[in-house]
Amino acid sequence: MSAPTIDAPHSAALDAAEAGGVQMITFTLRIRRFNPEEHPEPVWVDYQLTMDPKERVLDALNKVKWEQDGTLTYRRSCAHGICGSDAMRINGRNRLACKTLLKDVNPEKPITIEAIKGLAVLKDLVVDMDPFFQAYKDVMPFLISNGNEPTRERLQSAEDRERFDDTTKCILCAACTSSCPVFWNDGQYFGPAAIVNAHRFIFDSRDEGAEQRLEILNDREGVWRCRTTFNCSEACPRGIEVTKAIQEVKRALVTRRF
Amino acid sequence: MQIHKYDTVIVGAGGAGMRAAIESTQRSRTAVLTKLYPTRSHTGAAQGGMCAALANVEEDNWEWHTFDTVKGGDYLVDQDAAEIMCKEAIDAVLDLEKMGLPFSRTEAGRIDQRRFGGHTRNHGEAAVRRSCYAADRTGHMILQTLFQNCVKHGVEFFNEFYVLDLLINDGKTAGVVAYELATGEIHVFQAKSVVFASGGTGKFFKVTSNAHTLTGDGQALVYRRGLPLEDMEFFQFHPTGIWRMGILLTEGARGEGGILRNKDGERFMERYAPVMKDLASRDVCSRAIYTEIREGRGCGPEGDHVYLDLTHLPPEQLDAKLPDITEFARTYLGIEPYTDPIPIQPTAHYAMGGIPTNVEGEVLRNNTDVVPGLYAAGEVACVSVHGANRLGTNSLLDINVFGKRAGIAAANYSSTVDYTPLPENPAEKVQALVDGLRDSTGTESVAQIRKELQETMDVNAMVYRTGATLKQASEDIAALRERYKHVAIMDKGFRYNTDLLEAVELGNLLDLAEVLVVSALAREESRGGHFREDFPTRDDVKFMQHTMAYQEVADDGSTSIRLDYKPVVTTRYQPMERKY
Repeated sequence: MSAPTIDAPHSAALDAAEAGGVQMITFTLRIRRFNPEEHPEPVWVDYQLTMDPKERVLDALNKVKWEQDGTLTYRRSCAHGICGSDAMRINGRNRLACKTLLKDVNPEKPITIEAIKGLAVLKDLVVDMDPFFQAYKDVMPFLISNGNEPTRERLQSAEDRERFDDTTKCILCAACTSSCPVFWNDGQYFGPAAIVNAHRFIFDSRDEGAEQRLEILNDREGVWRCRTTFNCSEACPRGIEVTKAIQEVKRALVTRRF
Repeated sequence: MQIHKYDTVIVGAGGAGMRAAIESTQRSRTAVLTKLYPTRSHTGAAQGGMCAALANVEEDNWEWHTFDTVKGGDYLVDQDAAEIMCKEAIDAVLDLEKMGLPFSRTEAGRIDQRRFGGHTRNHGEAAVRRSCYAADRTGHMILQTLFQNCVKHGVEFFNEFYVLDLLINDGKTAGVVAYELATGEIHVFQAKSVVFASGGTGKFFKVTSNAHTLTGDGQALVYRRGLPLEDMEFFQFHPTGIWRMGILLTEGARGEGGILRNKDGERFMERYAPVMKDLASRDVCSRAIYTEIREGRGCGPEGDHVYLDLTHLPPEQLDAKLPDITEFARTYLGIEPYTDPIPIQPTAHYAMGGIPTNVEGEVLRNNTDVVPGLYAAGEVACVSVHGANRLGTNSLLDINVFGKRAGIAAANYSSTVDYTPLPENPAEKVQALVDGLRDSTGTESVAQIRKELQETMDVNAMVYRTGATLKQASEDIAALRERYKHVAIMDKGFRYNTDLLEAVELGNLLDLAEVLVVSALAREESRGGHFREDFPTRDDVKFMQHTMAYQEVADDGSTSIRLDYKPVVTTRYQPMERKY
């Protein structure tokens, strides 16, 4: 047996993470419910829950659905912030329910939950995602290359790869687009997510479709609608600097350099 | 009820389904049915990479990869299939790069490669850099790249359509029946060929890396149509899930130099795997972790976990190579992985077993014959390239190699045959299932039964198993299946009734948990991910064969499981003692 190679370091944060004996809290989840099969108008409904504050808002929604009201409807899948299913407005701000811990949204007061804005609500927290995905498709979100394919991989320097790294992180959750005041008022605006996905290809050194995409985004409903309110950057659960990406696309349109 | 007609129907839009769709759409009229939206699939949660012997950073070849895969699978791998996978791996990675996948790069601008568990140079000499990756987001990039290419090729998706039945007429594939979540309407899709690519079934465990949606839907409905399920007792427990939550922390963390430590700070893997240490295969690492915990060397007040230590790695390296998993530690545990070790425990991760197929993706109805027009690929399938334990990265490889093969084979088949007529009342069974749940006046709760199922599976059928624990699980599941007959839902509506679908999914989990446990009880040996404390060694004389589980339905409608066995295909590697 080999000797220990280090002492396991212990911070207060680690001690807290490992602590036994959970301190449960009782709080209110205030959800904007909507089911046109039953009632034409949305209504706010309160649910009382007792949970570990280190659990996720998604866990709280599950607890309501599984123990109190099975009709509560929302989308969810991976439950750790990677699939993009559960973007919603939590205390008025767009977040992923699975990436938001109860303790971080002040459970002292009722935690409000409602569907993201700007897309038609179909039932409770479920919105119509079709316009969102249509805008994404409209920017040609795929590598465009002309000429013969190389036998092996295309070469790309680590620096060139880094140039568009930030926008490859997008999970298409719509948190950015549905936080944008321009999008709320003008459903034809491409919205931040589509521009982020255009950026991901415009600045990829392997891609040859930048001119086409820039022309698409030069449209009346394109990047120039952006009013730089930074809501999108704040809303992105992946930490993408969305507004910066939009600015870079604007600049590329002016300078035609990318 | 609506009836649609397509040449080829693909069920599932994760990596395997979309890889198949890209091929199939170019060759036949194809519909892809997914119960989610394509980019919500759990392929996106894969992190560490996709192995292929590109030899971009050091000497490597596909034969070494094949050997590692066979050894990693504890000699239950069908070696002809593993050879194909490892040979075609190279093109599979290059295909993805050409589709636009933003791989991490070497200094020279080539696809970078890193070490991964069980992947070695020259048959076990030392760890080799074989995993092609994009930071710790490789699955995300694969899923996005495949979706982008589906958009490019105009693949037709039916989003939020739950496939609830497979139609077979006169032994041939006739189509599927689906439930439209938005409206509650039932749709029949007549098709010449059907590809199942609906993913895994990890949600019958409590601590799991799997999404809420991974409920074995494809496996369960094929099984109920009398087709076998192969090797379901082999389930992989990934060594490094976030403690109690099960969220995956990639093996790439250890590939980058991360170390597993017990409460004494000891690098305990040196005792279990002197050569590969922390990069031994996943089954070996998971057992080692539980041994440490059982022998009192676990961490924390309860001693119920160990640490993944990254604190000796430079922060720049963590930021560049492992940005997501370090963020998970910050978000969900509130700790800083630059300076704190991360509390982890094994997490239920991957089904090695599934719907048996040959190397073209054709589904087997017994040990030798296929169901014409029926295909499966990805985690739902069992080719078998993973045997008793899958090597890290080989799942992303599997979906790309066999997704592509199944897509091509299905489309080619569609172009050579006529439609098989639909059976009479094709939607009858699904209608009865849906109506039964909606109209039920029972008192049992879906969530309660699921919770009890997950608890018994975690306690009795996880990393360590015995005949007694498996019998306990079997009895528990039988009781839960009985209670499930009286399950009721609260949502009686037609619009986005996820309450109803959760009840359907629970039925699938219960059936598949029973298959897992019955198969595990019969396998009186230890091999790969299946470890029996009462039979702690591998028994190649009796058990170097695949389990084939069939559902038998008695005249009174009651069901039982019949087990059969299928020989392993051996080409070049004879079983040896497995050491890392």
